[in-house]
Amino acid sequence: MAQERVAAIAGIHEYPLRVAPGVSSMQIKADSMKRALDDAGLSWSDVDGLYDALDGEGGGGLGLAAYLGIKPRMIDTTQVGGSSYEFHASHALRDIAAGRTNVAVTTYGSTSASMRVPIGTGGLGRGGASWQQNMEAPYGSTLIANYAMVAHRHMHDYGTTTEQLAQISVATRKHAMRNPEAVKAMTDLQFVKVDEITVEDVLESRIVADPLHLLECCMISDGGGAAVFVSADVARDIKKKPVWIIGSGEATKYRENDGDITTSAGAQSALAAFSQAGVTPDEIDIAMIYDSFSITVAVCLEDLGFCGKGEIGPWMADGHLAFDQPGLTLNTDGGGLSSNHPGMRGLFLLLESVRQLRGESTSQVEGAQLAVAHGNGGLLGGTHTGGTVILAAD
Amino acid sequence: MANRPQPSFPEPDTQHFWEGCKAGELRYQRDAEGNVVFYPRAHSTADGSGGLTWHVSSGLGTVYTYSVVRQNRMPGFQELGAYAVAYVDLDEGFRMLTNVVGVANPTADIQIGQRVQVEFEDQDGDDAYPIPVFRPI
Repeated sequence: MAQERVAAIAGIHEYPLRVAPGVSSMQIKADSMKRALDDAGLSWSDVDGLYDALDGEGGGGLGLAAYLGIKPRMIDTTQVGGSSYEFHASHALRDIAAGRTNVAVTTYGSTSASMRVPIGTGGLGRGGASWQQNMEAPYGSTLIANYAMVAHRHMHDYGTTTEQLAQISVATRKHAMRNPEAVKAMTDLQFVKVDEITVEDVLESRIVADPLHLLECCMISDGGGAAVFVSADVARDIKKKPVWIIGSGEATKYRENDGDITTSAGAQSALAAFSQAGVTPDEIDIAMIYDSFSITVAVCLEDLGFCGKGEIGPWMADGHLAFDQPGLTLNTDGGGLSSNHPGMRGLFLLLESVRQLRGESTSQVEGAQLAVAHGNGGLLGGTHTGGTVILAAD
Repeated sequence: MANRPQPSFPEPDTQHFWEGCKAGELRYQRDAEGNVVFYPRAHSTADGSGGLTWHVSSGLGTVYTYSVVRQNRMPGFQELGAYAVAYVDLDEGFRMLTNVVGVANPTADIQIGQRVQVEFEDQDGDDAYPIPVFRPI
């Protein structure tokens, strides 16, 4: 089926450092925007649209425009957790098609590592009075515990094992070891072992929240980056080949009295995205899935339709997630597990998808034509979003 | 765990639930059609209608899923040993985040599908709200 090609990612930048003391998140955002525009061959003054996820000290699209010194004609401050950037790409497709912007940027900057933010283990519910905080804060749940409860139920319902889930950590680390920025990240963040890992390594790492082990959990880093979204007209004259946004979907899910915690919002967002793109999961070469934890990837791969619900364990067992194996390839930059997780990883899913579809990845899949970037924002097992973006090579 | 974070008020949706805890009651709501609404709200999540009524649960339920937290940097929890957070499905048809307590080894002694009963754990301070937690039966 012929895909509509109205919006593309024209330029990208990933901030290279994961430990960046003395740099502000706003500086990372501005620097990344400049470099992503350079990557596209576009200039600061070309920017007429701004997406922002309320990160850093920026105050959203309002404060960021002032900081950057630009006056865009389209501003969208969508903050839905780590998948915000998939939502931005989705909105860019919509807004560019509607003629509201021709060159739009989304930026991300975070100094979570330097600020010692305990994202996963800091405890939830430290905010003021709210209907949800009042019902959850007293119990001492953590972000990780929410994901761990999904893993437990998945194991109970489908017989999934840690050995099976560990395939995700193993493949991701293999890719990370080929990415110099990921190797530097693990070194700077003082990983015990900066090397490929085995299933046994995962099993032997300490449990943070049953049943999730340390090597199933993403790192906490500094970092950021930017992506430039452009119209088809602009895409004709950029420096590199455009990567087309051909479908997108958005969804939310939350604790429900009779809900199935092993199915995420991704089941809904993926249907919309694949339908719009006119492609099926078996045509996808690269899956960039938000790997906050092993279980996030496992559930999302099922929900995106790469295998049936509950089948992920056996489906991954042959190790095909690695870039040099036949079959679907996962998280070729090293993922949040082993390359970069400043708190909202969604942007990096888009960036590595673009690298793959341009042929620029450090774990390049030869001839990759289609990628899916799927972000899970908020808490899997609790209130969360799913943002699915399908990208095609030029 | 007698120094847990307390609910804070004014917060109009959840006040009646927490007053129930002081009275030893686990309270939940139903809309006019009988649909269970939980967490507490002023509207039905089925159709947006108001006029919800309050009911008292038997406090009996089943562990839907759980995790044993080994690490929590939050004051009030960080010095505890491992403790279990869980989603419990109450027999009346609502699911709540809670803790499962009263087991020697939470990793080994808690199972999905286990039957549990609510109890109200007293907290430090004269006006503190007791916290509803669950114990295997």
